[in-house]
Amino acid sequence: MKSVWTMLGMTLLAGCLTAVPARAEEAAQPQPQPCDVPAYLLSSDSSLPRVADVVKRGQPLNVLLVGSRSSTIPTQEASAYPAKLLAALKDRLPSVQINLSVELYPSKTAEETHASLVKLVEAKNPTLVIWQTGTVDAMRSIDPDDFRSAIDEGVVALQNAGTDVVLVNLQYSPRTETMISAPPYLDNMRVVAQQHDVPLFDRFAIMRYWSEAGDFDLFSTSHGVELAKRVHACIGRALSKFVIDAAHLDQAQQN
Amino acid sequence: MAAAPAITLPATGERELRLDLFRGLALWLIFIDHLPPNILTWFTIRNYGFSDATEIFIFISGYTAAFVYGRAMLEAGFVVATARILRRVWQIYVAHVFLFTIFLAEISYVATSFENPLYTEEMGIMDFLKQPDVTIVQALLLRFRPVNMDVLPLYIVLMLFLPLILALMRWKPDVTLALSVLLYAVTWHFDLYLSAYPNGFWAFNPFAWQLLFVFGAWCALGGARRMSRILSSPVTMWICIVYLIAAFCVTLTWYVPQLGHIMPRRIEQWMYPINKTDLDVLRFAHFLALAALTVRFLPRDWPGLRSPWLRPLILCGQHSLEIFCLGVFLAFAGHFVLAELSGGAALHALISICGILIMSGMAWIISWYKHSADKGASRTKSTGGNADLAGGGA
Repeated sequence: MKSVWTMLGMTLLAGCLTAVPARAEEAAQPQPQPCDVPAYLLSSDSSLPRVADVVKRGQPLNVLLVGSRSSTIPTQEASAYPAKLLAALKDRLPSVQINLSVELYPSKTAEETHASLVKLVEAKNPTLVIWQTGTVDAMRSIDPDDFRSAIDEGVVALQNAGTDVVLVNLQYSPRTETMISAPPYLDNMRVVAQQHDVPLFDRFAIMRYWSEAGDFDLFSTSHGVELAKRVHACIGRALSKFVIDAAHLDQAQQN
Repeated sequence: MAAAPAITLPATGERELRLDLFRGLALWLIFIDHLPPNILTWFTIRNYGFSDATEIFIFISGYTAAFVYGRAMLEAGFVVATARILRRVWQIYVAHVFLFTIFLAEISYVATSFENPLYTEEMGIMDFLKQPDVTIVQALLLRFRPVNMDVLPLYIVLMLFLPLILALMRWKPDVTLALSVLLYAVTWHFDLYLSAYPNGFWAFNPFAWQLLFVFGAWCALGGARRMSRILSSPVTMWICIVYLIAAFCVTLTWYVPQLGHIMPRRIEQWMYPINKTDLDVLRFAHFLALAALTVRFLPRDWPGLRSPWLRPLILCGQHSLEIFCLGVFLAFAGHFVLAELSGGAALHALISICGILIMSGMAWIISWYKHSADKGASRTKSTGGNADLAGGGA
């Protein structure tokens, strides 16, 4: 009887030993992060007609990004996703002059932000406003109905001011999942996006996809800035693809 | 009607094993839903319709509480029954504070060990640690509740009003239910809510969720029997089946976004968002449909209820307060282990299964204590109003 157990133990041990070097090998080759995003996470029924129009006519494309602190990396703005977005857009649309301005409202809820949107639009005259919001509201557990009416009003104001709008939702943050309840805010952003026919960049689902696919270890306790840089680079690239697809710019370029 | 007593109780001593079974199931599902999504998450009912385990839980809690304390009220009077209910409320409150302490320990650890620049913004949630004087007092007042700790405060408030509900039920059960529906409607119309600290509101609005609790109590005190005609009609059955299928199709579009464009926009705009805080009518109806079909197809004397395979579920359901608290704790612990080990899908599933095993084992130990270790307690049990049967369970 004993020998059976010994054998079993040996087999298990052997299994572990062979498994370990395999994993170590994988880890040893630092491959460039692929961070592919499946097509369904980047497709949108809504479009960006004004962006398409401006690009078609060869006018400069002014993009305004309004966000909170998760739209930047402290002291590393050049590596944050807005800068990466600009670079990727320029890369994909070499013939278009693209300007990007970023306005951050740290620790401001959607309600506190939306009032200043129109003034910003008057000052910057953008064709496209990318509005990242929801995190602060979720952290302060603002009433989801109030949150919804705030983004609702903000989106309507932007559309009336003559800009296209893209909404960007929360980051996927597994470490704070037990503390921040994201779902009501994600749901409400989706509702508003549907109601006003606005493309929603689902940053939450995309980051969760990366985490599950093993592209990034979002649980990491590392204090270093490397992970943030890589994630932001991928978000910037995905967002540029999202914008180009929603505005159907690939076809426009070919025409 | 005039001659009959306003409320009737089922025969004494007969335990409704179906209630224990489904409450145990609700406890398992709540535990799984509190963990990060994994394979087992696909077995939880929230993926197949609008309602989830919380509805089952609150309904059964209302049912059992009314069953036990309703009897106490008939036999020992209003004052004694109220005293017993308040003792139960106190137990639940202490359990909640205990869980809060554990939560605080977890948060404090994460706050000091985790400083990823990617999440500078999200880590702001830890700011409350900077003023423990306010936070802890607010937690004791039930106004500061971390995520996943909303069910017990709801239960405390509902139980506090149980004496009033039972007294009204003794007078006229149907009027009580009507008042409850009225309160629900008023809540929706005037947007009533309880505020929370530092801002926001109670994630389960007691003004709305009382409907399920009171409905459970109403069923326990004779309503279920009076409804049996409706429940056994084939029309009801088909309405329930059609509604459940429709709800399933809607939920399918959440998980398979490629199907999203099939949903007519008009319906989407009317339906969304499905409000959990205020117990959306769609959720309530979904629960009713599930319950109606369950009662129809799972008879009270189904032999399977005595099978050893369902024993762990039933045991968990019989000690619901303890097992609920354990489940919340295990969910915290599970999150923690997953975060530390950054394991894959297999570890996720393993943690869920271990959690369920621990919950079942604990339920078995508690029941052993009740029946063997505390012999003295069981001898004096005949006084009635046993809090455990009331299940209080969160």
